[in-house]
Amino acid sequence: MAVIVPRPKLNWRERMYLPAIVAGLAITLNHFKNMLLGRTKVTMQYPEEKWDNSLPDHYRGAPALVRDSDGRVRCVACQLCEFICPPRAIKIIPGEISPTDRFAKVEKYPEEFDIDMIRCIFCGMCEEVCPEQAIYLRKDYAITGFTRADMVHHKETLLEIGGVMHGVVLKWNEKK
Amino acid sequence: MDYFLIATSLLKIVGILFLVILPMVSYSVYAERRVSAFIQDRRGPNRVGPAGLFQPIADIFKLLLKEDFTPANVNTFYYWLAPCLAMMPAIITIAVVPFGSTLFGVPMVIADINVGILYVFAIASLGVYGIVLAGWASNSKYPFLGGVRSSSQMISYELSLGLAVIPIFLLVGNLRLTSVVRYQIEHGWMIAPFVGDWLNPWKWLLAVPMIISFVVFAIAIFAETNRLPFDLPEAEQELAGGYHTEYSSMKFALFFLGEYAAMITGSAVIVTLFLGGWHLPLPSWQGGFHWALVDGSAPGWRGVAGGLFNIATFFAKVAGLLFCFIWVRFTLPRFRYDQLMRLGWLFFFEIALVNIFIAAIILAYFPG
Repeated sequence: MAVIVPRPKLNWRERMYLPAIVAGLAITLNHFKNMLLGRTKVTMQYPEEKWDNSLPDHYRGAPALVRDSDGRVRCVACQLCEFICPPRAIKIIPGEISPTDRFAKVEKYPEEFDIDMIRCIFCGMCEEVCPEQAIYLRKDYAITGFTRADMVHHKETLLEIGGVMHGVVLKWNEKK
Repeated sequence: MDYFLIATSLLKIVGILFLVILPMVSYSVYAERRVSAFIQDRRGPNRVGPAGLFQPIADIFKLLLKEDFTPANVNTFYYWLAPCLAMMPAIITIAVVPFGSTLFGVPMVIADINVGILYVFAIASLGVYGIVLAGWASNSKYPFLGGVRSSSQMISYELSLGLAVIPIFLLVGNLRLTSVVRYQIEHGWMIAPFVGDWLNPWKWLLAVPMIISFVVFAIAIFAETNRLPFDLPEAEQELAGGYHTEYSSMKFALFFLGEYAAMITGSAVIVTLFLGGWHLPLPSWQGGFHWALVDGSAPGWRGVAGGLFNIATFFAKVAGLLFCFIWVRFTLPRFRYDQLMRLGWLFFFEIALVNIFIAAIILAYFPG
C-alpha cells in the first residue's frame, strides 16, 4: 500500500536557510568553546591514563599458568586446555616427573607450555576446563611484540604473568 | 637596474613565502584537525610535540617518504603538471596583496601593480586548471567527474566573485589593492566604517551594499577554494576524493596544501578588500577621543615595531578568517549539485548585480 509522506510546507524563513545555518554555527561554536574551557568530557587518553585500577575482577586478559603456595607449577599437562582451545593457541609437551620428586604421584608436568597470543581469543575456556585450577585469565591486555615469535608466550612468561595463586585446592599435597 | 628594489623584493618573497605562507599552510592543516576535533568533542592530534604542534612536520615527512605511484594509463605530462598548477596560483596571488604598511621604509607588498584585483582574479581562476587537468589526466572516472564539477562550479561562482567587488572599486576608484587599504584607513573598513567622521549616516548607508558584497564574495571564495559546503569536486563520500583520487605522495600533498594555500590567499583578499587590510586602529584619548593609526612611518624602533604590528595584524585577521572556513566546514553539510548551480546562477549572480546598482545609486547621491 502506497503511503504518501506529507512534505512539511516550509515558510519563507525556513526556505531562506539562513536562520538554520546561523543556529548550526552557534551549536558547533558552543561545542568548540566547551572543549576549550575543558567542560566537555572526552575519552580516556590511553597511554597516559589507564583503566588498570578499575578493571573488574572477572576481566579476561592474557591466560597464564599459576604456582601454588608450595611453589609447584599446578599444571599436570593433562592437555584438556589444548584440546578445548577454539583457535588452537595452546601447545603442551608433557614431561615425566622423576620418581624421587616430592610430587612424584602427579606423574606429568608440562615440559613446554606455549600460548600463541596471536591466536588466543581470550575466551577463557582453558580456565574453565582446567581440572587443576592451573590456568587463569589475568588482567594483562597490552600484549605486544615485534615478531610472531615474540607473540608466543612460553612457560616462563606464563608463570611470570600468573604468579602464585593462594587459596586453591591442594589435592596433591600429602595428607596431614 | 634598481638593485635595491630587486633585493628587497626577493627578501620579501622569501620572507613571506617561506616564513609566513608555507608554515601557515601546514599549520592550517593542523588547525583544521584540531578545531574539527574540538567541534566534535574530540582531542585531535596531540601526540607529536607539545599539544601536537609538531604534527605538520611529521605529516610532511610522511608525505615525502611515501611511494610516488603513477598509474599505468595516465597522461603523464598533464598528470605531472596538474599538482603544480594546483599549488602555484594560490601562492603567486599573494604577490599583490599588501600584508603590512612599511618596514624600514620598504612597502610591505611584493608587487604593487595598478591592476591588483584583476591580477588576483586572473591568477586565482587558473587554479581550476590544476583540478580539471588532474581529473582528465588521471584517466579514471571519479577524478574526471571531480574535474567536470570543478569547472562548472567555477563558472557559476567566478561571476558573482567578480561582480561582488565592483562596488568597492566604484567607491575607491582604483584597482590597486594598496589604494583600497589606504581608503579604508581614511574612511574606515568597508563593512564597518567607524574611522573618520563616523556619525555621517551616508557612510553607514554605503556600508549596506558593502556588507552584501562581503557576504557574496566570502561565499564565492568558499566555492572557489573547494571548501565545504561547496566541495563538490572532491566530495569524499561521492567521488572517493574527486580529482586527486589517483594521486599519491607529494603530488597529493601539493593538491592538499594547494587547497589550504588558496584558502589563505582567499582570506588575505577578503581581509584586504573588506576588513581593512593591515589596518588596526587603536583608541587614543590625546586631545579628545580618536582612532590612532599605527604604521611603519614613525622614526626609529617605533616605526619597525609599527610595521611588524601591521604585519601581525594582517595575518591575525587572515587566521581569524581561516578559523571561520574551518568552522563552517564542520557545521554545514554539502550542497547537492543542482542546489549549488541554482544558488550560483539564480541568487548570488543577481544579488551581486543588483548590489552594484545599489552602490552606484548611493554613490551618486553621496555628498562629499
